Amino acid sequence: MTMLTHAAADSATMLRRNLRHALRYPSLTIGGIMMPVLILLLFVGVFGNTLGAGVGGAAKDDYINYVAPGIILMAIASGCMATSVSVCMDMTEGIVDRFRTMAISRSSLLTGHVAGSMIQTVLSTVAVIGVAVAMGLRTSGGVLDWLAAAGLMLLLTFALTWVAVTLGLLAKNPEGASNTPLIIQFLPFLSSTIVPTESMPAGIRWFAEYQPFTPIIETVRGLLLGTPNGRDAAASLAWCAGLAVAGYVLSKIIFNRKAPR
Amino acid sequence: MDIEARQTAIQVTGLRKAFGEKVVLDGIDIEVTRGTVFSLLGPNGAGKTTAVRILSTLIPADGGRVSVAGRDLAKDPDGVRRAIGVTGQYSAVDGLLTGRENLILMADLHRLGKATGRRAADDLLERFDLAEAANKTALTYSGGMRRRLDIAMTLIGDPQIIFLDEPTTGLDPRSRRTMWETIRGLVRGGVTIFLTTQYLDEADHLADRIAVLDGGRLVAQGTSDELKRLVPGGHVRLRFDDPAALDAAARTLGAQTRDDDALALQVPSDGGVRSLRALLGRLEDASIEVGELSVHTPDLDDVFLALTGRPENEKVASR
Repeated sequence: MTMLTHAAADSATMLRRNLRHALRYPSLTIGGIMMPVLILLLFVGVFGNTLGAGVGGAAKDDYINYVAPGIILMAIASGCMATSVSVCMDMTEGIVDRFRTMAISRSSLLTGHVAGSMIQTVLSTVAVIGVAVAMGLRTSGGVLDWLAAAGLMLLLTFALTWVAVTLGLLAKNPEGASNTPLIIQFLPFLSSTIVPTESMPAGIRWFAEYQPFTPIIETVRGLLLGTPNGRDAAASLAWCAGLAVAGYVLSKIIFNRKAPR
Repeated sequence: MDIEARQTAIQVTGLRKAFGEKVVLDGIDIEVTRGTVFSLLGPNGAGKTTAVRILSTLIPADGGRVSVAGRDLAKDPDGVRRAIGVTGQYSAVDGLLTGRENLILMADLHRLGKATGRRAADDLLERFDLAEAANKTALTYSGGMRRRLDIAMTLIGDPQIIFLDEPTTGLDPRSRRTMWETIRGLVRGGVTIFLTTQYLDEADHLADRIAVLDGGRLVAQGTSDELKRLVPGGHVRLRFDDPAALDAAARTLGAQTRDDDALALQVPSDGGVRSLRALLGRLEDASIEVGELSVHTPDLDDVFLALTGRPENEKVASR
């Protein structure tokens, strides 16, 4: 077997291990679904009338179409905590030393985590989309628009998962690893998820307009409503690519420093 | 490769390691013969774990040459990894997986194939008395069970050389006996064992060769008997029933180490039958009644004291 098939086989083994962990201890994954669902219920069911009127819609039926894309992305951001915690647990427990004394592909531990987290996040995102549709989300976008939106969300998942791996490697203990991803989870609130950035105070508005979630939310919203915006799409792709590269490179550097060859 | 090299499992020359200013290993030389048990004995902080971490490819050395299973550690770490199994001081099992899943994980990483891997896992569960707990998560295991699972995981993939870093620390006496039996069984199967321990009796029981590590240096190396020969101290202790008998015996045997409180005398002796008979004969000729007799051969505790200049129980636990 070549190096590459070895690496693939080892990564698949690590992936199975991570999925087994997730199935056996689903609380982190379920938490990742519950948070966005509760926010959806809160903002549509409780605040929906007022917020809907504020963003220019007549009732909460319209507001769900406005708020759902951002909350679906929150599901992706929530996946970070589980990733970061499980990476940190591996690094702080003896098992990583066992792996390192075996003739296996060194990157397989991290790629197994990334693949496992992506599968979990995709499933929880689909669950949140299902709840949104059940609550009245109706889109005018076609199949291609949905596919494009799905592609972008997948890219965001990939990027944020690598960032979460970096945070997990940096954390000294699992408690710390569960705290730092909160920053990522909170970012969608300071974007155009709930209300348009134009309605925000000047400083926060500036931040909201230039942070990664706003163009991504605008792109997904545009695609689902059938009014895609090229400028937001380009910014979204650039952010995802940048975060993915930064997360990947930093993870490799920290992993190799913590576990020298 | 010449014959000598093939019989050498581990060859270490001038191994050095420092963490910042602190020198942990100050140029140590070790040679371990294939199929034997080598024990690195020393107190906490002597550098035992650092030595194991270097030899098992976890951390790089600062200097020296190391060859493990005929492969150069610095040039071919993956070659070394293919030949070794490591059970560290801290349990390296996946607590969220069951015992069986842990073993299958190892089998998959060794690419044994599905059927072979599962068979190997079940065999090891049976052999290490874990079959009943096979489908429980390792988090629920006792300390001894975890350690057994840990060793079983090390054995998947049939390593030629096994590193055991303080394998019995924290185990109850029964689990400790079981571990000793396991280690002897492995050696009978042709495996080379590199064992660290802070227990003198453990090294004495298991090891073919012992190296005493103290402050990053090897202060002695040899078989248990060779090390014991380094220290004088073999003696016979005689206890008497009354002070008169003690006085009489002291007069008869000449100047001896005398303990008036315990009514005892210490007589230098090699502990052999002939010299004991001679000693008892002299006492009998003088009609002196001996209350109790015990023979003391030097043990590794004496060796440790002699080598490091401090009692073993100050820093080394003895059980």
